[in-house]
Amino acid sequence: MKVSIRFFASLKEAVQIDRLELDLPETVVTIGDLRQHLAGYQPAWQDIFAPHKNIRAAQQLQMVSIGTLLIPGAEIAFFPPVTGG
Amino acid sequence: MKISIQENDFDVSIELSLLRKDLPGIGGINLFVGTVRDTHLGDDVHAMELEHYPGMTEKALEHIIQQAQSRWEVLNATIIHRVGKLMPTDQIVLVAVASSHRGDAYAASEFMMDYLKTSAPFWKKEHTPNGSRWVDARTSDDDRLKKWQM
Repeated sequence: MKVSIRFFASLKEAVQIDRLELDLPETVVTIGDLRQHLAGYQPAWQDIFAPHKNIRAAQQLQMVSIGTLLIPGAEIAFFPPVTGG
Repeated sequence: MKISIQENDFDVSIELSLLRKDLPGIGGINLFVGTVRDTHLGDDVHAMELEHYPGMTEKALEHIIQQAQSRWEVLNATIIHRVGKLMPTDQIVLVAVASSHRGDAYAASEFMMDYLKTSAPFWKKEHTPNGSRWVDARTSDDDRLKKWQM
């Protein structure tokens, strides 16, 4: 499954890119799976996406949880908790 | 209803006129304006940068207004949020709600701000004499949202 991934704010600075196109293995099914997959994408990303890090996710412009199923072709975003207002 | 994500400043007086226009049933309007403080966590703040997620931000703000409309009588509402570089004392955000009575205007605007602070994809970065840093989310903001049983 192909997905388009975006990063924002402190997470974008940490991974040093703002977009990533990935063709995922069949074992990556949920948002949580994808996060785990990203942790193994580059050595430096293991700490950035470590399970205890407070990271939020959105799919197709809506907040989602780690159990949400990935939609083929979707835009997924990872970012820190929001701080607007 | 008006939603705007913009770099430019806003004029509260103009926004108030637009909110009220052609709605003689309005009996009360509550306005909240958030501004940039010159200190945070004991450090001077020289400037602030606001990043957002274009597309998702607008959807999130529309959802916030819809949620408010489902709970209170909201005759009209405005949310304006600035992005880009801001300086201390600058206006950041405007939330305005017009209703027939003040109770709904107070409650809906407070709800909208609480919801915005925890669900709209904006991120603040502060510039201080010790360098730049991303602002951490506050658990007190999550606690405030719980009050609305979200």
